[in-house]
Formats: sequence, structure tokens, C-alpha cells
Amino acid sequence: MDISRRTALKTFVAAGAAAAGVPEAAAARVGSGPSPDDHALLVDAVRCVGCRACVTRCREANGKAADVQVVDGAAYDAPLDLNARTLTVVKRFDDGHEAGFVKAQCMHCVHPACASVCMLGALHKGAHGVVEYDASKCVGCRYCQVACPFNVPKFEWAKAAPRIVKCELCRHRTAEGKIPACAEVCPRDAVTFGARGALLAEARRRLEARPEAYQPAIYGETDGGGTNVLYLSPVPFATLGLPALGTEPAPALAETIQHGIYQGFVAPVALLGALSLVTWRNRKAVGQAPGEEERR
Amino acid sequence: MSVRARPVGGKLLTTSVQIMLAVLGFATIAAVARFLKGLGATTAMNDGFPWGIWIAFDVVVGTALASGGYAMALLVYVLNKGRYHPLVRPALVTSFLGYSMAGIAIVFDLGRFWNLWRVPLFFWEWNGTSILLEVALCMIVYTLVLAVEISPAFLERWSADGHGARAALARAWLPRLERALPFLVALGLVLPTMHQSSLGALLLVAQTKVHPLWHTGLLPLLFLLTAFAMGYAVIFFEAIFSAHAFGRPLETRLLARLGAFVAGIIVVFLAVRFSGLFAADRLGLTVRAGGYAFFFWAETLLLAASAFLFLQQGVRASAAAQLQAALLALAGGTLYRVDAFLTAYRPGQGWVYFPSFFEILITLGIVATETVAYVYLVRRYPVLAGVTGTETETKPVPAAAVGQGVAS
Repeated sequence: MDISRRTALKTFVAAGAAAAGVPEAAAARVGSGPSPDDHALLVDAVRCVGCRACVTRCREANGKAADVQVVDGAAYDAPLDLNARTLTVVKRFDDGHEAGFVKAQCMHCVHPACASVCMLGALHKGAHGVVEYDASKCVGCRYCQVACPFNVPKFEWAKAAPRIVKCELCRHRTAEGKIPACAEVCPRDAVTFGARGALLAEARRRLEARPEAYQPAIYGETDGGGTNVLYLSPVPFATLGLPALGTEPAPALAETIQHGIYQGFVAPVALLGALSLVTWRNRKAVGQAPGEEERR
Repeated sequence: MSVRARPVGGKLLTTSVQIMLAVLGFATIAAVARFLKGLGATTAMNDGFPWGIWIAFDVVVGTALASGGYAMALLVYVLNKGRYHPLVRPALVTSFLGYSMAGIAIVFDLGRFWNLWRVPLFFWEWNGTSILLEVALCMIVYTLVLAVEISPAFLERWSADGHGARAALARAWLPRLERALPFLVALGLVLPTMHQSSLGALLLVAQTKVHPLWHTGLLPLLFLLTAFAMGYAVIFFEAIFSAHAFGRPLETRLLARLGAFVAGIIVVFLAVRFSGLFAADRLGLTVRAGGYAFFFWAETLLLAASAFLFLQQGVRASAAAQLQAALLALAGGTLYRVDAFLTAYRPGQGWVYFPSFFEILITLGIVATETVAYVYLVRRYPVLAGVTGTETETKPVPAAAVGQGVAS
């Protein structure tokens, strides 16, 4: 069998764990490109068999209650999508030729729209490129939900004191030198944790080894400005529910236009000055009775 | 006729005001339920539609309807049309009420509203790329500017009382406000220019969700233009209804000239929108996009009809036609803004949204509060110019006062 590949995977895991153990100052990275050292996941929809062990272990690792649905008197923990209790979910896909399963969770964008729009930075790029959530800075405006092209952030609608809920790449575990629960439990190496650069190399290796099994691209390498969760797929990525984003980061258009207008706050201040001057000059004319002649 | 603003006077608890207070009472019960039970139990919002009518209508449309003060200040103080000055103060009052109510609506909408106080104060946490932060800060400051701008209405009444500490305070501050006016007015123009355009910019990031007939880099400009069009249209609405409700003389001739200006703004809006679609090669969508095309044309035709009626005012001025034109502009602008935020918003995965009973009730409560506050202010404080009534007069009030709610 492919011993070398096994070894390679173990190395990624070890490297990831080592990287996790190194404390690193949370740097605001919005604007910079992808970093090969960022914490990353490689999700391989060819390998996934839909056992959903990742969903269960994710719940345990993040203290989320089961999302129980009762069907014909029997209870199932079977969420249909990400929700306020479900940080990762496994979905079925079928495009008529190929069928299989794929895991969904936060994509940990290199340039995340949710963090770009967040007023006080409750959602922000933290250490190792992980998109983190800090509830103490969150007002619950839910603009992150509007902004995210993957519909990842979920809101605790059922609670009177709600929070935003999403995968934070098990940062509480990586801080202890462990790896994310989903990657740890996956029996098929369909979810692999490691450094982004190393996982990209591994993804390319899989594409080369079995080109007939895969779509010839790695989703997230450049899509939406790059994501730290990378996907390999036997079907077009749209079939997995991954949107076609182009290579521009999702918040690029908004930031470009808004920065164009507000660059250095010059335009608003100039406008204020000009308008102050004009209204000061016009102040005499104001208060004239209707019908009186204007000055110009 | 006198240009000086005077209190209208009259009875406060008219039937229409009582009805609105009843609505407010029911809305208060709904509000208690919202804070105790949370948003999921009381609203139809969901993870696909995280923003409902409290944002799309109460804030996005509400502040456009409250743009009368902005629009009139531009006309009177910058374009130097002093003849419209009598319309400025009532416009500022409705603007202040509209923005205050939008602020209250936001508190209902925010899941973690108790953290809101941090937004204006924790400047070291401000995220420079957040357009919503800019909108929030601008709206807070603008509401304060509006409060200062309408304060002469209170100070004049206190001053007129003639004695006591309040009168002394009023007499000390009125001239100071007079001197600060040019700067205040300029600030009151810059802030809405920023946040009214930024309301449109909020949707720029949702490129994959907002339908391509609405999503364009021109969103900030289109939202600014609708704020102007709706702001001026509200002036017509307000002038005509306060004539009806408070026996104020109609200003049909004065408004007719303003109508041409509003028509111009609408024409610019339509030109910008169509040229944007043309440049992006999306004109075909206006016929192919099914239900979306229907809403696109509904907006376009409402606004175009309004511009047409307003232009006719140059030939023959008529209050009835002005009211129609204003209502068409308000309907078109409201539809455009609600469509951009809700109708044309497609989060996918089968998500749907229609406002819940509680959401509608709280929105109605906000409109009712605004209306009651407006009626109280114009009856007790010098807001409207040209009215014949005084504080001592008590005359019956027609039920048409109800219409004020929509105007504010």
C-alpha cells in the first residue's frame, strides 16, 4: 500500500500540532495574502464515506448539544445544515454521475468577509489564520451572516442572549498541541489538518496520483482570495455547494469602493469645510420671507 | 402670512392619537416578548435572512423618509433657496424623530443589544473596514446634530415664557446656536451624505446573494439619490397633510418649483441605474429575470411616473397632483430599498422570509410613536410656519392627522 502517503500525512499532523503549540501574537492579517504556515484543513470528497464521526466528535470537542430530530418515533442527531449547535455537517451530493459525501464548516478565508464587516472585530483573523469569534465585542447585528458567501456564521436564534456560532478550527485544542477533532477522528483521512502550504502540496500529489478521480483543481487555493480550508472533489465544486467566487476576496469590492471614497477621510472633511463656508456665506439669505428675492 | 414658526395648539388626545397610543401599547407587549424570548421565538428572521423589516424598513427606509431635513438643508443653505426656509424646521423635526426611531428599531434587532454602548465609545476596537460601523457612528452623531438643530424650537418657547431659569438659559443659547448654525448645517449635510450612501454600500459585500439587477458598484450613489428623492417627497407629503390637519396654508406654488428639482433627481437615479446595467451587460435581465424583473420595473415605473407628474407642476401647479407625485416617489424609493435588502436578497438553500406578526407590530408601534411625537411637537412647540393657530386655541382636528405617521 501507499506507506509513503501515510507517513506524509502523519508528518502533516505532527507539523500541525507543533505549529499549534507555538504561541503567536494574533496579528491583523486582513489585506495580506495566504500564508503557507496557517492552520488549514484539506477536505477530500473522494475519500469521505459519510460516517459523520467528525460531526459527533466536533460536538463533543466544542460542547454542543446534539441536534435531535425525531423521525417515526426514533431520534436521530441528523442536522441538515450548519446551525447554532452544529459547527460541521456532512452532506450528500449527487450530480447524476458521481455521488458521495462532503463535510462543511467555516472556510477560514484568507481575507474573510465576516471579519471585514464586523463593527468591533468580534470576528477577526487570529493566530495561525484562524477566523476567531469574541462574543464580548459582538452586538449581534448579524452582518457577518449577510457577508459570508458560504453562509457559515450561525446565530443562536432560540436564545435571549445569543451568540454567533461557527467553527474556530478547534483553537482551544490546537493551543494545547492537539489537532482539530474532525481531523483527529476521520478514519479515511478525508479531513486532514496541517499547515496550508503542506496541505496544498498533498492535494497536488493526490491530483497527480489519481487524476481520473478528481476535478483538476483545489477549491480554496485562490477562490475568494484563498481559504485555509481546501477541497478536493470528484464533481464540480458547485455540486458540493461551494460558490464560484473568482480569485478576488469577497470583501474586496466593498473595501475598494469604500476606501476610495473615504481614503484618509479627506473627502468628508473637505466636504464639511466647503459646506461650512457656503452655508456661512448664505446665512443672511436664510429666514427671508417667501417671495423676497434671493441673492443669486 | 408670517414666516415665523408657531405652535399649532389644539387638543392632543384626538381619536387618531388614541388609536396610535393603543398600537403603541400592543407593540410594547410584543417588545417585552422579544426581549424575554429572543429573536427566534418572535421574528421570522433566520440564518438565511438575518435582516428583516426592522432593518430593511425601520432603518433603511425609515431614515430615507427622515431625509427631509437633509434635503431641505441642502436646498436652503447651500443652493441658497431662502424661500423654502419655512419648510426646514418641520423637516428637521421629522428627521430627528425618524432617526431616533430607527435607533430604537436597531436595539430591537440587535441580538446582543447590551453591547451596543461599546460601539461609539470603544474607538480602539473600531474596525476600519466595517461599513456598518461607519453607518452606526454617522447615524448616532447625526441624530445628535438634528437634536441641536431643532433645539431652537424648544428654546424659543422657553424664551417666550418670559421668566425663570429656563427662559434665561434659552436667551443665552439661542444666539450661540445662531452663530454655530453654518457649521451645524454643514455637519448635518456631510453625515447623511456618508451614511445614506453607505446604506447601499452595506450590500456590496453580499455579491453572491443580492440579485444582479440590484447589485452594482453604484449602490452607494443610487442609495444617496433615493435618500434625496424620498426626502423631498416627504416634504410635499408633510406640507400638504399639515395644511389639511393643522389648517396651514397650502404652498402649492412654492412646492411646484421644488417638484422640478425632485423630478431631476429621479431622472438622474434612473439614468445611473440603467447605465450601470448597460455597462455590466445586464439590461437583458430586466426582461428575463422573472419576478425580479417585475419588481425592478415596478420601482422604475413608480419613480418615472413620479418624475413625470412633478415635471407637469411646471405647467399647472396642483396640490392633488403634487401629493400623488410625492406618494409615487415614496413608494418607488421604498420599494427599491426594501427590494435591495429583502426581495432581491437570495441566500440560497431554500431560505425564505416573511415578517412575523410581532415584527410587523413592533414596526407599527415605532411608526405610531413617531406620529404621536410629531403631533405633540407641532401642537406645543413652534415648528410649523404660517399657521394661524396659537397655543390657546382648541380646534377640532381632522382624522387626516393619521397620515403624519407615514411622513415621518
